[in-house]
Amino acid sequence: MKYTFHRKQLAIPYAIFLLLFVILPLLVVIFYAFTNEEGHVSFHNFVAFFQSGKTVGTLLYSIVIALVTTAICLLIAYPTAYILSKTGMKSGDALLLLFVLPMWINFTLRITALKEILTLLEGNLAFHPFANTIICMVYDFLPFMIMPLYNTLTKLDDSYVEAAQDLGAKKSHVFLKVILPLSVPGIVSGVTMVFLPSMTNYVVLDMVYNSTFIMGSLIGSYFSAYDWHNGSVISIILLLIICVITAISNRYTENDKADRRVGALK
Amino acid sequence: MENQKDTLIELKHVKKVFEDGVTVIEDLSLEIKKGEFVTLLGPSGCGKTTILRMIGGFEKPTSGELLLNGKDISNLPPNERPINTVFQKYALFPHLNVYDNIAFGLKIKGVDKKTQDEKVKKVLEMVDLEGFEKRSISTLSGGQQQRIAIARAIVNEPEVLLLDESLSALDAKMRKEMQIELKEMHKKLGITFIFVTHDQEEALTMSDKVVVMSDGDIQQIGTPEDIYNEPKNLFVADFIGESNIFNGKMVGKKQVEFGGAVFECVDDYAVDTVIDAVVRPEDVEITEAGKGRIQGEVLSCDFKGIFYVTNVKTDKAEVEIHNLKSYQIGDKVGLDLAPDSIHIIPYDTSINHYEGEIKSYEAETGFEIAFEDFTLTVPADRIFPGCKEANGVLQTEGGEEIAWEGTSVTMSFRPEDATLSDDAEAGFVSGNIFNFIFMDDYYRYRVRSESEEDYIVNDAYLWNNEDHVSVNVPMEKFVFEVKKA
Repeated sequence: MKYTFHRKQLAIPYAIFLLLFVILPLLVVIFYAFTNEEGHVSFHNFVAFFQSGKTVGTLLYSIVIALVTTAICLLIAYPTAYILSKTGMKSGDALLLLFVLPMWINFTLRITALKEILTLLEGNLAFHPFANTIICMVYDFLPFMIMPLYNTLTKLDDSYVEAAQDLGAKKSHVFLKVILPLSVPGIVSGVTMVFLPSMTNYVVLDMVYNSTFIMGSLIGSYFSAYDWHNGSVISIILLLIICVITAISNRYTENDKADRRVGALK
Repeated sequence: MENQKDTLIELKHVKKVFEDGVTVIEDLSLEIKKGEFVTLLGPSGCGKTTILRMIGGFEKPTSGELLLNGKDISNLPPNERPINTVFQKYALFPHLNVYDNIAFGLKIKGVDKKTQDEKVKKVLEMVDLEGFEKRSISTLSGGQQQRIAIARAIVNEPEVLLLDESLSALDAKMRKEMQIELKEMHKKLGITFIFVTHDQEEALTMSDKVVVMSDGDIQQIGTPEDIYNEPKNLFVADFIGESNIFNGKMVGKKQVEFGGAVFECVDDYAVDTVIDAVVRPEDVEITEAGKGRIQGEVLSCDFKGIFYVTNVKTDKAEVEIHNLKSYQIGDKVGLDLAPDSIHIIPYDTSINHYEGEIKSYEAETGFEIAFEDFTLTVPADRIFPGCKEANGVLQTEGGEEIAWEGTSVTMSFRPEDATLSDDAEAGFVSGNIFNFIFMDDYYRYRVRSESEEDYIVNDAYLWNNEDHVSVNVPMEKFVFEVKKA
């Protein structure tokens, strides 16, 4: 029999990887989440999660940290990306590198360094745990917010700005009515790239405070105590939150595609 | 003055240099009257869009004045000008629907909702897109987007509507329709339209006044009929429509000689004036062989739908003719021209004049004269005829000493005395060809040096735009003149 090569066959290695390391573990997680120690199907784990003050508190605290981190990142990144996009292509790219460069340095090294600096400034980190966590998170995630915003803003056609001015819009109006709405896709992808990881990023808290008071480390602490059931429940809850956020942001990216169709017509 | 009252926009000695140092417009003055449909016409890069953007407020003139109703608006931002623009790519806001796009300007001005609704409805009717309010921009065709862009601009009732190559993105049929509609809209609204295009047909069809531009300069301003029938210079003659351009001279009162024959004409210039005669292909009469003042042989005859394009080779030139009859290749024909079909442009004596300064003198070779682009070594008697050297001093014929140092000298040459060479070192100066016109049996090239000086050369060979060439003129053909202090 003659062997014919299909392009589809190139996907086999990844399909195997997907099956072994994504789908099977996910099934295992789902199995553990909906069973109790005796192996019977049960929703007790979920009930327990929402009844325990510790777990719900961690969930809320994680969400608050993620929200504040995302908001601050957005506030810093938007003007930065806007200015960078206005400096003209060449110098803009060079300046952008300055903001993205820290990403190339080892993560633990960066956080350790930041921790030392904060200790130097504050004397003892214990006084402002929330603020310090946020500072570290923002420092860590800022480039992920700047990049998509910069990309969207550089692609924004100047003629929209000119058209708005032409129709009588002052600078503030031009920004609020044209630039901001047109950069929504960039904002959405920046927010997704910062919000989701910052909700589960336990390395920062772990390194700065040895704390497990965040979703990611909560899972870790259950699993390291061999409590597969409760750990799985938290994983599933996080997964659901991620699904909801992704679904929302996808709606915006679809709008973005429609915009690009207009671009093709022009 | 009555005239002054009607002037809406006035550009006075406007100069524009971009940030990268490129000068687009050197010194341009232009008046636009209230209610006119003015078209700025020219090849790409001639500065027409820059002028439009300056009027719109998107570019500031480097120097000069830009007046609207007699007031200088050079520093007024676009949002404070009573001017609206239809952009080349429409620039409709993709995040807003048709209604919100059109109402954008009204909302900013704080017009109440009811008036907004009425006005939007009215302009949508005007552009023939009733009921399109709720449509998203991405669902519109190119032609519909174009109409919405016009509606969005005119809903603000501007004093001036600027249209930047607004029809260039449409297909040929749609473009023709829009040309007519725009003209009707202009009549209905009664406001000033300033339209920018590189399409001469568009300009001739729509405008009250056409401003032909080339290279940052206005070449001619006139009605479409004027610029077609009475082109002021060769650029306009060549750019607008098809034309046969002949080299010739005046031989009597309203008598001109070119192409090997003498013709009657309607323009009166002094006898012996060197001229270029422009003849439109549709004005050439083809007669039987033996009749007519020029004899020739048909080179080609192509059907173009409404007419045939016939090329006739005469012993002096090649003539393009648009006629209704078909001829066979090789047919012997006679050609004739009616007096009013010949348009005469006197030879521009101001071209190819360059100013230099005498730098040094060598007894053997002569003067070294430095011009902006080049240095020429010229025998001394070409500058001071009859001069001689005595005791190491240069003297006039009468024996007076000549103070040559720093003397300003003007050099000029005739285009027909120059030749082009692709060897950059062969001539006295080199540059790039940026424009050329086919004359009866040669091409007229404009060569621009790095310092932006232009050299005009007639050459029989076909070169291309952007070719790097050097200009060669035999020493005896240069004309030198000492500038009196």
